[in-house]
Amino acid sequence: MAEKQVIDARGTFCPGPLMELIAAVKLASVGDEIEVLSTDAGSAADIPEWIRKVGHEVISTTADNGVWHVLVRKAK
Amino acid sequence: MSSSKISILVVSGTSERLQMAAMVASVGAVSGTEVSVLLSMNALQFFLKSNPPNPPPEGPFGRTMAGKKVPPFKQLLQSAVELGDAKIHPCSMAMDVLGARAEDLESFLAPPLGLTRFLADSAGGQLVTF
Repeated sequence: MAEKQVIDARGTFCPGPLMELIAAVKLASVGDEIEVLSTDAGSAADIPEWIRKVGHEVISTTADNGVWHVLVRKAK
Repeated sequence: MSSSKISILVVSGTSERLQMAAMVASVGAVSGTEVSVLLSMNALQFFLKSNPPNPPPEGPFGRTMAGKKVPPFKQLLQSAVELGDAKIHPCSMAMDVLGARAEDLESFLAPPLGLTRFLADSAGGQLVTF
């Protein structure tokens, strides 16, 4: 069964949120979902870029009160 | 298999340049780029295991950055190695000048490299200097 994990990277700067996500993706199983919370606009753009480049899936990117929620799924 | 290659020559001893070098190395490595870093001149001292100094800021950005939760440059370089197979080499000339042995340096560093080999390996890719 797919797991969901939340990475709270609020308050940290690029490329911290991306690196935390990558470490989590490495340990995750295919199908698992990972949500990154970030206050860094650069990371909110970089994360989907990286996800698409390496072949995983971006489920959604939303912003709420200055916090980006980027939800991704490990696809392979 | 990497589709591109970047070689990063780091000679600076200031926080901004070390930080940007580490950011380029880490983001490049985790994005599938083959990354090789050569730490030389003023950069090498910060990779001594015992009592390494803290790099000073070069300007106002460095002073501002010091008060923010920016991932430390050594942590980023270690991530580049662990997550992206980057190679972070100490420069053998700089080691000789400092009197440093490989065991005096951070354990995530690759074996020492000379400039001849570094330049040969960088052929066909990008070479950037900080």
